This record gives sequence, structure tokens and C-alpha cells, in this order.
Amino acid sequence: MAKINKNEVLLEAKGLYKTYTQTSGFFVKKQRIIKALNNVSLSIKKGETLAIVGESGSGKSTLARCLLQLLSLDQGELFFKGKNLTTLDVEGKKYLKRHIQMVFQDPYASLNPRMKIAEILEEGLLIHDLGNRIVRDKKMRDMIKKVGLEVSDLNKYPHQFSGGQRQRIGIARALIVEPELVICDEPVSALDVSIQAQILLLLKELQKELGLSYLFISHDLRVVRHMADSIAVMHQGEIVEQGSIKGIYEKPKANYTRELLNAIPGNHFKFKVS
Amino acid sequence: MKKILEVKHLKVSPIREPRKILVDDVSFDLYPGRTTCIVGESGSGKSLTALSIMKLLSSQLRQTGDIYFEGQNISILSNEDMRPFRGQSMAMIFQEPMTSLNPVLTVGDQIKEALSVHVDLDKNSLNKKVISLFKEVGIAADRMSSYPDELSGGQRQRIMIAMSIACEPLILIADEPTTALDVTVQAQILKLLSDLKEKRHMAMLFITHDFGVVEEIADDVIVMYQGHIVEKGSVKDVLKKPKHAYTKALLQCVPDAKGIKKLKPIQHRTFI
Repeated sequence: MAKINKNEVLLEAKGLYKTYTQTSGFFVKKQRIIKALNNVSLSIKKGETLAIVGESGSGKSTLARCLLQLLSLDQGELFFKGKNLTTLDVEGKKYLKRHIQMVFQDPYASLNPRMKIAEILEEGLLIHDLGNRIVRDKKMRDMIKKVGLEVSDLNKYPHQFSGGQRQRIGIARALIVEPELVICDEPVSALDVSIQAQILLLLKELQKELGLSYLFISHDLRVVRHMADSIAVMHQGEIVEQGSIKGIYEKPKANYTRELLNAIPGNHFKFKVS
Repeated sequence: MKKILEVKHLKVSPIREPRKILVDDVSFDLYPGRTTCIVGESGSGKSLTALSIMKLLSSQLRQTGDIYFEGQNISILSNEDMRPFRGQSMAMIFQEPMTSLNPVLTVGDQIKEALSVHVDLDKNSLNKKVISLFKEVGIAADRMSSYPDELSGGQRQRIMIAMSIACEPLILIADEPTTALDVTVQAQILKLLSDLKEKRHMAMLFITHDFGVVEEIADDVIVMYQGHIVEKGSVKDVLKKPKHAYTKALLQCVPDAKGIKKLKPIQHRTFI
């Protein structure tokens, strides 16, 4: 088990802004500015899970993309292990990007159907130049077993797997380059509930074993309750409330958080909404 | 209580592979004013069951067994004879409202179309009827001339609901109607559906994979697994005192919002 200092801040985001312009109308063009991120600040500690919760359009996926530097920020600063990500050169970014990996929502869309599982896993190792062929082979075999699949599965293609197994492959692909932070964007929302439980427990086990930090994006407040240590609630590009999981579920302060908790199907909460 | 619908020994299998049975010996009843939830994972046959009640299965599939609507066996009817039952006796709402709506017609016109198939009304009273339906599902009447893409997901699903209740059906079949919606919108739609069911004293067959939704809306629950009904009973009994091993295992997989329960995944899938 990896030793971790729980108080070390791994990723810190300060005052992130990102806007999109939406053009509508056929003859008369109308422009609307959408604030996808509006002064978003957060920090993730080592070995911890921070959940981002919000409804569609709240900016949670934009946030993930900005943290991965797949989208450029309008304004704001990002620190990963104390280094400012927004001012790094290409090489420096590549080095740090290895340590931030992503697991996607749809396991059917996020694996290349023409690549064998071995090729999918090896790609990251090649890009980041991690070891020679023998080392890479060993890493792949270890990783595929770690996510609960067989070594013989390395020679198969994605279509030969079920949704849950594909998500395991997606996790293996993210973890094989030994990242420290994994961004999980709705990793179980496309899965059946019995498979969902398997994947959630796998993610938790791997976190313990490898000392990973997760940024866990989800709309499902029941799943988040099981996964996260702390939580940030997003609404229309802003973080309306953040804090420890216990605090937010037991004593939500923001009106919107209460609405969300009340809306969980199955009559769990009845908070007052003004 | 008087049954409104009786499903007896329903079986569905592909015509080309009659040995592959997708829905096997499914029997249940629906009662006016009660909501019955069919819950199960993907591939359990819950949607096929719903479609076979309306006799809307693909031509590649064959259904056998009897379905009685108010005592009349509708499973032997031809497609032509089935038509008056669809919409007027029973109506259906689907998961993704955008794929059920026609993108080039205004939503008002689409509801009018649904109405004029079954009832003979002049233009004026048709308009009035649509306005009252809009009001009933909580949409402003000036939305009548909107196109589906101008509405949000929740509003679209309200339009679908308005369309389905337009001809005052006695049975409403809802196939995962809130799966594509945000949780706050889901809560609103669930409330709307159960209010309408109460007000109109309809029988509702609600298909879902979400036990939270079951707890919220169901009176009776049917649990399906690989085409079979493994358990049925009142919502209290099934959720609190499940009898079948599969129901027990499945409930262990559902995370609760209070974080008390420990997740336990299903390991070996040998329940039947």
C-alpha cells in the first residue's frame, strides 16, 4: 500500500473562467455568452476523492476538460504539485499530463474499435516513453489483472467485451501510466446497477492500493455519497457550495444543494427550500 | 378490485430463433389507480413486455400468450383491430422525448394530430382541448407553436405526456420516462405522472432500472431477470423484505444517499 501524506495538495485551481459564445438565428444572428465556468476555485488533496456534482449544463465537464488542458481557460490559474500548469511549455505540460489521466463516461465510445486491448494500453506507455518492450509487456499484464480481467484479454478487441469490462479497460488505460490524479467523468452512469457497484468498488480498491486522487464527476448523488471525501456542487458555471461529504449531506446550506438532495428519488431527504 | 389488464403467460422470441426466449411466461395484472413498476437490468425483457402489451413489437419478434383488456382478449386482434385500443385505451411514453417527437411540426400540431385520429372535433374545440392539456401537464399555452428543439428535455417529456393522455387512456405505459432527465426535472415529472394517475384514475405500468424511482412511484413491483419474473409484490415487501436471491443481490448494489449501506456487487450470475 502506498504511503500518502493526506494533507498534501495535489491540484489547486484558482478563479477559473471559461465562456462560450452561442450563435443562433438563421437570418439575424444572435449571440449569447454562456459562462461555463465562473470563478471556480477548488483543491484536491493527495489520496482523496473530490466529487463535482451538478445537472446538465452546470459546467462540470467543461471543468474536467480545462483541468486536463484539453480546453484553454479564459482566466485563472492551475497548480499541479505546486507548478503552474497554465504557464508551462509543451514538454513540461506533457510530463505533468501523464500524472493527470481521465476515465470517460461511455465505454462504447471511448475505446478505438480497431485496436487490440494491448495496443490501447501500450499507447500511453509509448507516448510517455515508459520502459522498453519487456517492461511495457509486464506493466500491461499487471494492469489488466489489477482491473479484474485476464492476460489473454490483451489480444482481444473492444467489441468482445461487455460495458462493465470495457469500463475496466478504460480504467486500465488511465492507470497504466501511473498517474496521481484521475478524472472520472460519469464513469458509471452508462452501466447497469450491478455492474455499477463492481466498478465503484474497483475504483475504491485501486485508490487505496495506488494512493490515487480522484476528481469524480457525477450527477448521481447516491453514487457520490459512496465515493467522495469532499464535494463541490456546481450550478450554472459556479460552485454554489463545497465541503466535506458529511457536512453537505447532513447540513446543506445553499438552496440549490437542498433542491438537489430533495430530488433524489426514493424519499431520502426533505430539506426546506426557500 | 377490478382488473383492467391481465397478462397471461406472455412469451417473446425471435421468429428466426424460436428457441431463444427473450420474455418467458410473464403474467401480471394492472388495476385502475395503481402504479406497477417493472424493474430490471438491461436485457431483462422489461421493455419487450411493455411493447407486447401494445402489440408494438418488431416484426422480427413473435409474442404468444393472452392479454385481456377489460376482459377482452386483445392478443388475438389484427393490427387494424388493435388501432382503437392504442391511444384511447392505453398509451405509452418513451425514454427519449426528442426521438418520439417530430422535429418539423409544432408541438401543438402534434398533439392535435394524436387527438384527431381518435375523436372527431372541429378546429375550435380541438384548440381548446390542447390548451387544457397543456395546462394539465404544466406548460404555458403559448408554447403550442414551438418546435420540439425549442423546448428543454423536461418540457418535451411533458408534451409527450400531454399527447399520451389526450385521448383519456385507462392505462398509461411509461418506459423509463425520466432516465434521460436531470434529477430535479425527474422529480417534477414523477410527481406529474403520479398526480395525473390519481386524478384520472389510470392504471400505470412504469418501467425503470432505478430502485429509487421505484420507491418513489410504485404501488406494486415486478422484478425481472433474463426474461423471467423473479419476484412480484407490493413495493414495501419487495424493497424491505425481498425474497428472491436476485432481488436481494440487486438491492445490495444500489448506493443509498445516506451512505449507511455497504455496496456489495453481484459476483456469480446464477439466479435461475
